[in-house]
Amino acid sequence: MSDVIIQLENISVAFGGTDILKNLNLTIKDKEFVTFLGPSGCGKTTTLRIIGGFVRPDSGAVYFDGYNINDTPPYKRQVNTVFQRYALFPHLNVFENIAFGLRIKKLPEKEIKEKVMQMIERVNLKGFANRKTNNLSGGQQQRVAIARALINNPRVLLLDEPLGALDMKLRKDMQMELKKIQQESNITFIYVTHDQEEALSMSDRVVVMDNGIIQQIGTPQDIYNEPSNAFVADFIGESNILDGIMIEDYMVSIFGQKYKCLDKGFDRYEPVDVVIRPEDIQILDPDKSSLSGVITNVTFKGVHYEIIVDIKGFKWMIQSTEFHRVGEWIGIALLPDLIHVMKKSEYSGQFGDYSSYSEEYDALSDDSEESSDEFSEQEEEL
Amino acid sequence: MKKFNKIFTVLVYIFLYAPILVLIVFSFNSTKSTIDFTGFTLKWYRELFTRPDLLKLLMNTLIIAVIASVVSTVLGTMAAVGISSMKRRSRSMVLTATNIPMTNPDIVTGVSLALLFVFAGTFLRINDVFGFWTLLIAHITFCLPYVILSVLPKIKQMDKNLTDAALDLGCTPTQSFFKIMLPEILPGIISGATMAFTLSLDDFVISYFVYGASFSTLPIEIYSYTKKPMPPTVFVLFTIMFTVIFLLLFFMNMAEYKKSKKKKIDL
Repeated sequence: MSDVIIQLENISVAFGGTDILKNLNLTIKDKEFVTFLGPSGCGKTTTLRIIGGFVRPDSGAVYFDGYNINDTPPYKRQVNTVFQRYALFPHLNVFENIAFGLRIKKLPEKEIKEKVMQMIERVNLKGFANRKTNNLSGGQQQRVAIARALINNPRVLLLDEPLGALDMKLRKDMQMELKKIQQESNITFIYVTHDQEEALSMSDRVVVMDNGIIQQIGTPQDIYNEPSNAFVADFIGESNILDGIMIEDYMVSIFGQKYKCLDKGFDRYEPVDVVIRPEDIQILDPDKSSLSGVITNVTFKGVHYEIIVDIKGFKWMIQSTEFHRVGEWIGIALLPDLIHVMKKSEYSGQFGDYSSYSEEYDALSDDSEESSDEFSEQEEEL
Repeated sequence: MKKFNKIFTVLVYIFLYAPILVLIVFSFNSTKSTIDFTGFTLKWYRELFTRPDLLKLLMNTLIIAVIASVVSTVLGTMAAVGISSMKRRSRSMVLTATNIPMTNPDIVTGVSLALLFVFAGTFLRINDVFGFWTLLIAHITFCLPYVILSVLPKIKQMDKNLTDAALDLGCTPTQSFFKIMLPEILPGIISGATMAFTLSLDDFVISYFVYGASFSTLPIEIYSYTKKPMPPTVFVLFTIMFTVIFLLLFFMNMAEYKKSKKKKIDL
C-alpha cells in the first residue's frame, strides 16, 4: 500500500440538489499517469477539484500519503494544478507567472532566477521570459501554465483539459511532450479529458466516468478490449453492441445463432450485451456466412472505409480497407477472440446501433467548451 | 451628412462648455458686473488668497471628499468581493438593496439621515450632533453603492480560476486577494473611487441637512451667496477647481492612451 499516493473513499458531492459524484472510490498510485475520461458533466473535473482542494466533498474522505486531507486547504497540499484555459495571471509576465509559487515561498532571489530560467528552458520558452502572457499563442500559454505548476515540485500534478483549446496538430505534439515531462519529472499526473484518443495514448490507467459514477478503471488496453458495459464500449472507440444470450461458458447466442467466445462466468441463458469492434469484422461472400445484409452507407475515412450494413434490421459498422459499394450484399465473420460479452447495465440498448448514424456524435465529443459545464451550478455567479 | 454630423458635434460641445467658459471669462473681469466685460484683471485671484474663509471651506470640502471616497472605496470593494461569492438568490437581493439608495431622491436621503443623526444624538446624549462626523458618515453612505457597482463587474469579468490558481500555488486567501484579485479589479476600484470623490465634492442636497455650524462645505456656503450678488472670487475658485479636474482627467487619459499604444507595439 505504500505506493498509493491518493485515495478517495466514498466521495459524494451534490451542487444545488444535483448529484455530481455518487459514492466514488479510487486509489491512485505514486508516479502514475491516470486519466479521468468521460463526457461533459460526468464529474471528472469535480473529482480533480476535490483532489486539488477547491471542492469539499459532502461526504467521504480524501487521503494523501495515508493522511486524511479533507480539511487541508489547497495552499497546503503538495499538489499543483494546470487549469482549464490556463488561468495565467494577466498582470504578470512569463517569468513572474512561473516564479509566483517560489516568491510565495520566499526563496532567495538568486535561486528563484536560476530555477525559473531552467524551467523556461525546459518547456521551450527561451526568450519569452519578459513577454506578457496574453501576447502568447495557446501552446505557449499552455507551457507557461505547466511550468508554473511544475516549478513547485508537486507530488501530484492535476491537469484539467489542458489541451482543450489547442488545435489538432499542436495537441498531438503537446500530448507527447506532456508524457515526456511526466516520465522525466517522475511525478503523478492526474489528467482530465473528454477525448478518448488522448486518454488512450497517454495514460497508464484510465478512469472512465459517467453520471458521477466510475464505469471502469483499467489500462488503455483493458478498457478498449474489455469494456465493462455498453457506455464504456461506445465512449471508447466505435462499437457494435448487440443483444445476446449466454448459453453457457464460452458460448453466446446472437440472432439465435451460437458463437464461440472467450467469456465465462455468466448465468446460463443470461441476457448480455455483446460488443464487436468494427475493425474486427471480416467481410465474406454472403453465401459463406450466416450473417449477411445489404450495405446502406459507405464513408471514406482515409485509413479505411466505414461501412454500414443492415443485417436483420441491426445496422453494423464495419471498418475495412477494401471498397464496397452501397447496395452490395455482404456476409460477415465473427471470430471467437473478437467477441466481447458484457453484463447488462442501465446503458444497454442506448448505444451501439448505427441506424441513426451520423457525424454528429463525433462533433459532440469534440466540444471542449462544454466540459466546464459540470461546474456551472457553482460557477454561475453574479 | 458628414458635414452635418460635424456641425452637430460642435454645437453639442458649445452647449456643454459655454457656461464654464462664461464663468472663466468673468473671473478675469475688472468689475463685479456679470453683464459687461470691462477689462482684464487678476485682482480677484489675488483676493481669493486673502480670503481665509473661502479657502477654509475649500479645505473642508476636500477633507470630506478624500476621507469619504477612501473609506467608501475600501468598504465598497470589500462588499463587492463578498457579494460576488454569494449564492445567486441572496446576491440579487443584496444588489437590489444596494440600488435603492441610489434611486432614492437625495432630499429623502438627506432628511432621513438628519432624523437618524438627531435620534442617535439624543440617544448618545450629544448636544449638537451635526458637524464633521455627520457630514462624513452621510457622504460615505451615499458613495458606497456607486463603488460597489463599479467594482462588481470587474470581479465578474475575472477568470474565476485565477484565485484558485493563486491558492494552488501556495497563497493564503488573503495573499491571493492582494496579489491576484486586487491588480485585476484595480480599474474598477479606481473608477469607483473617482466617482465617490466627485460625488462627495459637489454634493449639496444631502449635505445641507446634515451639516452643522462647526463644519460646513463649499457647496453649502455658495448656496447662501446666490441670494446676494455673487462675488467674483467665487468665479475664481470655480475656475481653479475646473482647471484642476480638467488637467487631472487629461493626464489620466494620456497615461491610458500611452499604455494602450505600448501594448499594440508589444503585439
